[in-house]
Amino acid sequence: MTSKQTRLLQRAGKPLVFSASLLPLAWLFWLGWNDQLGANPVETLTHRTGSWSLRFLLLTLAVTPVRRLTGWNGLQRFRRMLGLFAFFYVCLHFSVYLVFDHFFDGSAIIADIAKRPYITVGFAAFLLLVPLAATSTNRMIKRLGRNWQRLHRLVYVIGIFGVLHYLWLVKADIREPLLYAGILAGLLGYRLGWRYTHRS
Amino acid sequence: MDCDETQLVNIERVTTRESITRSPIMLIQKPADIHPSEITPPELYARRREFIKTAAILGAAAWLPPTLRGRIAQAADEDLKPTPYKDITSYNNFYEFGTGKTDPAENAGSLKTKPWTVVVEGHCEKPGQYALEDFLASQQPEERIYRLRCVEAWSMVVPWRGIPLNQILPRFQPASNAKYVEFTTLLDPKQMPGQRTRILDWPYVEGLRMDEAMHPLTLLATGLYGKELPNQNGAPLRLVVPWKYGFKSIKSIVKIRFTEQQPSTTWNREIPSEYGFYANVNPEVSHPRWSQNKERRIGDFFRRDTQMFNGYAEQVAGLYTGMDLHKNF
Repeated sequence: MTSKQTRLLQRAGKPLVFSASLLPLAWLFWLGWNDQLGANPVETLTHRTGSWSLRFLLLTLAVTPVRRLTGWNGLQRFRRMLGLFAFFYVCLHFSVYLVFDHFFDGSAIIADIAKRPYITVGFAAFLLLVPLAATSTNRMIKRLGRNWQRLHRLVYVIGIFGVLHYLWLVKADIREPLLYAGILAGLLGYRLGWRYTHRS
Repeated sequence: MDCDETQLVNIERVTTRESITRSPIMLIQKPADIHPSEITPPELYARRREFIKTAAILGAAAWLPPTLRGRIAQAADEDLKPTPYKDITSYNNFYEFGTGKTDPAENAGSLKTKPWTVVVEGHCEKPGQYALEDFLASQQPEERIYRLRCVEAWSMVVPWRGIPLNQILPRFQPASNAKYVEFTTLLDPKQMPGQRTRILDWPYVEGLRMDEAMHPLTLLATGLYGKELPNQNGAPLRLVVPWKYGFKSIKSIVKIRFTEQQPSTTWNREIPSEYGFYANVNPEVSHPRWSQNKERRIGDFFRRDTQMFNGYAEQVAGLYTGMDLHKNF
């Protein structure tokens, strides 16, 4: 690549990833507008926003391993954006639940969180993402120093909670949640392996 | 938070206007080869198209006090209004054709329902193999509009066509030790692609206590919306037990067996802590993983309260007097 192309890619990269990350939402709007969300539109919205939250979370977690394996260091600058999109889709996912499942009924939601393990871990994952999103600005990164990295290791727990949330809610066909679990295990396993080999 | 009643009034006005306006544009858009009963009623169609648009308005209604919110919920509640044909036939749990809700409608074309044989066996005087026509004899089918409540907390209203089971079973002269009736779905991975994966322990088996089977509400359905049962809905013959969770209403039945012992049923065998043999709709008894006290009626945005025995308590509660329904869930 010439330096001109590299510069162009650098400049266009973020807007491109940003637009692409909005496509799932645009698609949902399109489906909704054309009455294509199926017989149970609320369920479709819940499932789609949930799946995309998980996918963006896994994409975020994939940045470091892929960067190390390919040596493509430019990937690093998309990590924050992908993480924030995971948070964005989780917010949509939770909003659908809040409005259409419980209509802001606080006591029903608290009962749900307390009694239903899949909701407990899902809600925990959502809550744990809040401080990560809130500390994603350059200023916060500087301000927190070493603690920033410590705090953001929570994303591993969030990933595990997210996959458990999915795994625990399906009735019998666990193939798809197991696929997510497998990818997550690979991404976390890679980190453990890397840490082990680079310890000394 | 201020309470804006004009907003509420506006919402109601919108809904009313939608429901009385027949949109001529929509009628023109529909291709002519669709049977009239397949067409979604215009008012529902309009309501669905308004989904995203009204979502924002309804979101604003969230700031209304609970009493006014209740009025919105009530306005949406038309308890026995049939769910559109399109939804009933495109949103199905029929794992023999895949575990996604739209899989059965997409994959059930491979099921061959003619000819169809029903085997009757077990404790009865007249066991045998019956061609479907003989099995149903010349019974006149009836139209029954029933609520259907899925264990997954959604529900529909289905205008079934069928024959009450209590008009069929006596013909086989069940013996006095026939305490239960067991039903089995077709096992044929060639016709039922979902059976090529061991998601459940095929074939699907369900069962009823004899008094449940003989209850006048229990139906053997052969059709819906006045037409033949589509494959994805369990053609050519399925059970309908409206006061129980949907999974009891077994589809594409090939065998009926009279037993003395309680049959071992599929979901109960799979996860006994979550799916009981009785599986009566009961808002008081939660599924271990989710609450059962509310449900989303297909076509509604918000959830409504689930009724005891799915609203059929008056007719069926007597079957369970003296039984602990928390234990026998």
